[in-house]
Amino acid sequence: MRAMVVDDSRAMRLILRKTLDELGYEVSQAANGREALELLERDPEPVGLVLVDWNMPEMNGIELVRRMRAHPRFTSVRLVMVTTETQTEQMVEALEAGADEYIMKPFTSEVIVEKLRMLGLAA
Amino acid sequence: MTGTTAERRGPEEITGENFVFLQRWVHQETGIVLDDGKRYLVDARLTPLVRDEGLQSLNELCNLLRATRAPHLNRKVLEAMTTNETLFFRDLAPFDALRETIIPELVERNRAIRALRFWSAAASSGQEAYSLAMMLVEMGLGDWNIRIHGTDLSEQMLERARAGQYLQIEVNRGLPARYLVKYFEREGLEWRVQERLRRMVRFERRDLREPMASLGTFDVVLCRNVLIYFDVETKKRILGQIRSRMEPRGYLLLGAAETTFGLDNRFERKPVGGAVFYQIREQCE
Ligand SMILES: C[S@@+](CC[C@H](N)C(=O)[O-])C[C@H]1O[C@@H](n2cnc3c(N)ncnc32)[C@H](O)[C@@H]1O
Repeated sequence: MRAMVVDDSRAMRLILRKTLDELGYEVSQAANGREALELLERDPEPVGLVLVDWNMPEMNGIELVRRMRAHPRFTSVRLVMVTTETQTEQMVEALEAGADEYIMKPFTSEVIVEKLRMLGLAA
Repeated sequence: MTGTTAERRGPEEITGENFVFLQRWVHQETGIVLDDGKRYLVDARLTPLVRDEGLQSLNELCNLLRATRAPHLNRKVLEAMTTNETLFFRDLAPFDALRETIIPELVERNRAIRALRFWSAAASSGQEAYSLAMMLVEMGLGDWNIRIHGTDLSEQMLERARAGQYLQIEVNRGLPARYLVKYFEREGLEWRVQERLRRMVRFERRDLREPMASLGTFDVVLCRNVLIYFDVETKKRILGQIRSRMEPRGYLLLGAAETTFGLDNRFERKPVGGAVFYQIREQCE
């Protein structure tokens, strides 16, 4: 399966990418919401999973989630927020915007695997 | 100079005699078997404690344990030697099986009394018990008379279970985000299970090796990831105890690496979805 990691931190993208690599995903990357949307729209077949940071320049993660959910092409893509935002209100906001899951930073790769398992996206 | 050679050798290794002492003592106090291959575990888990207590070495710690009855030190050593790891909805498949098959069947069976009883044996910090509570509320059984009884040997774990208070790293693990926002409240840096769930759950200190008669009986017993630490005789004894606490058509769930096979032939294996449960075999006349 194909996945995308969207985070403005290169180090964070590397960490997430490595975990997804190990699960057998083919991973692409974007540094913010706008870049992600451009890549995703250009993609001939949509990815199955996107890990999204919240705070990013140009277009933040919550906006990306909203735009993807408004787009018929992306309705079945699984969206997981991975963020330092840890208030209940923010979690509710993300879930209402259409995120399927929410992971609070800092996390271990184990946490990613467990969450993806919950979504049926990892063995 | 005399001191330098010892310093250069680094931390002093535990002597064979002291390792045997620890093996026997931990086994006696908890039932946990530390086989000879577990020296690294003793090192890794007790070295921080040696430092915290201002001791020189594992050997000094062992000498203290042998010479004194210091309950507080004893407890710390036992806590350190016990694996408490757990997470919400651990292994998923058993919870799917409970939700889709077992609980609907029990609901049908107990419709008249509107009551269900669960035992989370070896509950650790309570994630399994609270996972059950959330699942039952989600299934619309919040107004049934539900009792989830959690037991563990470790008073320290039970305290955390009773408080129902978890660190961010703990709520990240296994807990769906929509349950976190629905059933927990933020308290400072931690997350606390709401009172309506805490009311469904009770935690009590119990050594699984001791008689359990006063516990009553249960529709479902979860005893996961604890039998693996015991020797065969202890496993048999515990399975026998559990059997005596089960309703006639009740269910037992063990950890993914555990089985009753070869230990207790009164249990019958019942695969349900991706999980394996055990029921007591019906007696022939
Ligand atoms: C690895 S945890 C399992 C937690 C949970 N059942 C799970 O599967 O996630 C093992 C627990 O067994 C408890 N334990 C160890 N020996 C015990 C004994 N003799 N009686 C009761 N509990 C014991 C430990 O304190 C620890 O909390």
